[in-house]
Amino acid sequence: MFENIGELILLFWRTLLSLPLAWRQRQKVFDQFYEIGNASLLMVCVLSFFIGAVIALQTGPVLVERGLASAVGGIVGIAMAKELAPVLMAILIAGRIGSAMAAEIGSMRVYQEVDALRTMNINPVHYLVLPRLLALAVALPMLVVFGILVGWLGGAVVADTNSHIAIPFQAFWANLRDVVEVKDVVNGVFKSFCFALIIGVVSCHQGLATIGGPRGIGRSVTKAVVNSIVLIVIFDYMLTRILLK
Amino acid sequence: MNGSTNNHSGVSLQVRGLRKSFDGQEVLKGLDFEVQPGEIFVIMGPSGSGKSVLLKQLIGLEPPDAGEILINGKSIQSPEITSQYRLAMVFQSGALLNSLTVGENVGLYLSEHRLKPPEEIARIVAEMLETVGLKGAEDKMPSELSGGMKKRVAIARALVIEPQLILYDEPTSELDPLSSVVIGEEILQLQRRIHVTSLVVSHDRDLAFGVADRIAVINEGRILTIGTPDEVKRFNDPLVQSFLHADFKREP
Ligand SMILES: Nc1ncnc2c1ncn2[C@@H]1O[C@H](COP(=O)(O)OP(=O)(O)OP(=O)(O)O)[C@@H](O)[C@H]1O
Ligand SMILES: [Mg+2]
Repeated sequence: MFENIGELILLFWRTLLSLPLAWRQRQKVFDQFYEIGNASLLMVCVLSFFIGAVIALQTGPVLVERGLASAVGGIVGIAMAKELAPVLMAILIAGRIGSAMAAEIGSMRVYQEVDALRTMNINPVHYLVLPRLLALAVALPMLVVFGILVGWLGGAVVADTNSHIAIPFQAFWANLRDVVEVKDVVNGVFKSFCFALIIGVVSCHQGLATIGGPRGIGRSVTKAVVNSIVLIVIFDYMLTRILLK
Repeated sequence: MNGSTNNHSGVSLQVRGLRKSFDGQEVLKGLDFEVQPGEIFVIMGPSGSGKSVLLKQLIGLEPPDAGEILINGKSIQSPEITSQYRLAMVFQSGALLNSLTVGENVGLYLSEHRLKPPEEIARIVAEMLETVGLKGAEDKMPSELSGGMKKRVAIARALVIEPQLILYDEPTSELDPLSSVVIGEEILQLQRRIHVTSLVVSHDRDLAFGVADRIAVINEGRILTIGTPDEVKRFNDPLVQSFLHADFKREP
């Protein structure tokens, strides 16, 4: 998967160069944005709620037993904001949206629609990649903010209702607000912005690089998702390291 | 730009020593020919002889392995060629954008390059669709069309560009005889109207001999003969003759 890192950087660079055309492509950006939101909002909700809930469930009883009940809110808050929401939402979107992008562009490639664009002097990067990348770069951070809030809620609900934890709702929130700062959320949102770029570039690149017939499309989709996830996890470590002061 | 006269007349096309292989299999084995500005040049040849591959090289979608392709003396691979000359290709499969309606497909070139206001584009699209016999099909999706209808939409999409060089890959292969005649006439019309240089790949003998100024017959990646329709008809080569006169023979 690393043999085409150069091509990925080149595609990313070309897309950046086409940014001045973003306003022209705003309708397509909006369409993509709407599709991403529409396809994933419910899944983001369910996923975040249960992730927040399970962290509270895993950490709560242990901490309460040791008289650290006041730490549960902070742990759920930080874990969700800085790590779990950005990474897991990115993996969800890679599977849900990245795959669709690779499949769509891949089939356009195989059925010569991309060639047709090129004969009409329409640059596939401007026409296909730019709107998708922009929409992802806006949508994923927004979904992550949403996911963080829902995850906190999930944690709070479990902390309140589970008899082994039994931390009242208000106490959980108060503790969470004590520990979590705005910069922690910003940190997570920034990471998700980087992940969005990874998903967009990898998926569009795989789509455009599709060769062969329908089987080629299948191969591209698999590669797009797997490569996105691997890069997300690697970048997650590096970004965390850089953002750590 | 070298002079505005370029903008409204056909371009010349020169092909020299063109070769192309795919994983060891040589598909084009050294082609040489020239097409004059405003000429209608028909390429005939059996299935698999490399015609579609040739067209892809000619419009710069794939780089050749060897040889050169010059448009008005300038290599097709040079980056400014597509902004300098308007080129169009009608793909064998149509290659319509499946996510767009027929109308959006036909108007795509104008709307993406912001050449005309939307109302004007809608008018041109309607006119072009009528020309190819698909009046009122603007709002259909490509998946709702038959193969022949897709082909005609693709032709309309190419005509909208008002190209200086147009390549047709089997424009009539999926059409009934009546529509084929309409397309043939449109190829001639376009040539008269804007003096476009046309390259038509076809095994439709009626179309070929009806529209061609010159015909090239290719087989297995080589040109067998080039000449006016009459010259090609008289050309004494068993392969060419059998290709031109192939017919069913029914036992009485
Ligand atoms: N991308 C490719 N990779 C490998 N081989 C290819 C590729 N494109 C074409 N070929 C081969 O090149 C040869 C010529 O193909 P081409 O499509 O040009 O034929 P054609 O003359 O257009 O035939 P038809 O009249 O059936 O459309 C075929 O043997 C085909 O297998
Ligand atoms: Mg062909």
